Amino acid sequence: MTMSLGPYASFIVASYAAVALVIAILIGWVMLDYRSQTQRLRELEQRGITRRSGRSATELR
Amino acid sequence: MTLIDLANPTRFLALTARVLPWLAAATIILLTIGLYQAALAPDDYQQGATVKIMFIHVPNAWLSMFVWGVMSIASLGTLVWRHPLADVAAKAAAPIGAAFTFLALLTGSLWGRPMWGTYWEWDARLTSVLILFLMYLGLMALWRAVDDPSRAARAAAVLTLVGAINLPIIKFSVDWWNTLHQPASVIRMGGSALDKSFLIPLLVMAVAFTLLFVTLHLAAMRNEILRRRVRSLQMMQASRMAFSSDMAAGSREDNASKEAGAA
Repeated sequence: MTMSLGPYASFIVASYAAVALVIAILIGWVMLDYRSQTQRLRELEQRGITRRSGRSATELR
Repeated sequence: MTLIDLANPTRFLALTARVLPWLAAATIILLTIGLYQAALAPDDYQQGATVKIMFIHVPNAWLSMFVWGVMSIASLGTLVWRHPLADVAAKAAAPIGAAFTFLALLTGSLWGRPMWGTYWEWDARLTSVLILFLMYLGLMALWRAVDDPSRAARAAAVLTLVGAINLPIIKFSVDWWNTLHQPASVIRMGGSALDKSFLIPLLVMAVAFTLLFVTLHLAAMRNEILRRRVRSLQMMQASRMAFSSDMAAGSREDNASKEAGAA
């Protein structure tokens, strides 16, 4: 079964493509930010800077 | 687990680590179902296939207001209850809300060109949503402009609550003014004006996008908590360095005075 999008197909495709792109950017931003923050915390802990509680700052469980 | 238990960032991180994979899976499944149903939805008798833009435009438009609503509740949490995670929630939601608002404007514009003959019209609905988008950007700029997170949180909370006045203006703009934008057709007195063949995919997509927001928001909140840990450890490092340099300077002065006394 093929889907016909009619004479305004470019507007429909552009809308869906824009949504997919922006959501991909949002997901990428969240994932890269997480990686960056955990990396910075590890570097600080390796330099001997630890939390007052003594627990690892990257401890998530 | 109560809301008070979640006030502990470490507990929040532990809970969200368990919940996020399930939320992400549910989002993917619902988005797949919604997109499949949207692809199979019939053409509208007036709009033709462009009605398919509705399945992404409406969820983004709904989320643009919903996210500001979430930020407003979080702002109350900051100002009234001083909940430790309230300003984390507000700050993490702003870029996501800005993205959804941008998509609502963009997809609306791409839908408007073939249906109205124009990409943009300065009517009440479009202008009030554009103002919402600019407010999101202003709020993000405010968070970046103030170094101290707690001071930034209070200023941003006030701005968010003032900005919430725009939400009923957006919602009722199509009733209060004569606009190019159509009036409410999904949630209205007397039931939805949409046929089931459009309504069901639209509702599935709306739930899928809401789940997407919840997933991204929780993940962004986790990142914000980690960013604050980085900041506090960096401050601890700076104070240790300042303390040790003070100690070194103090011992040098002691030695100098001893030497002077001996001489």
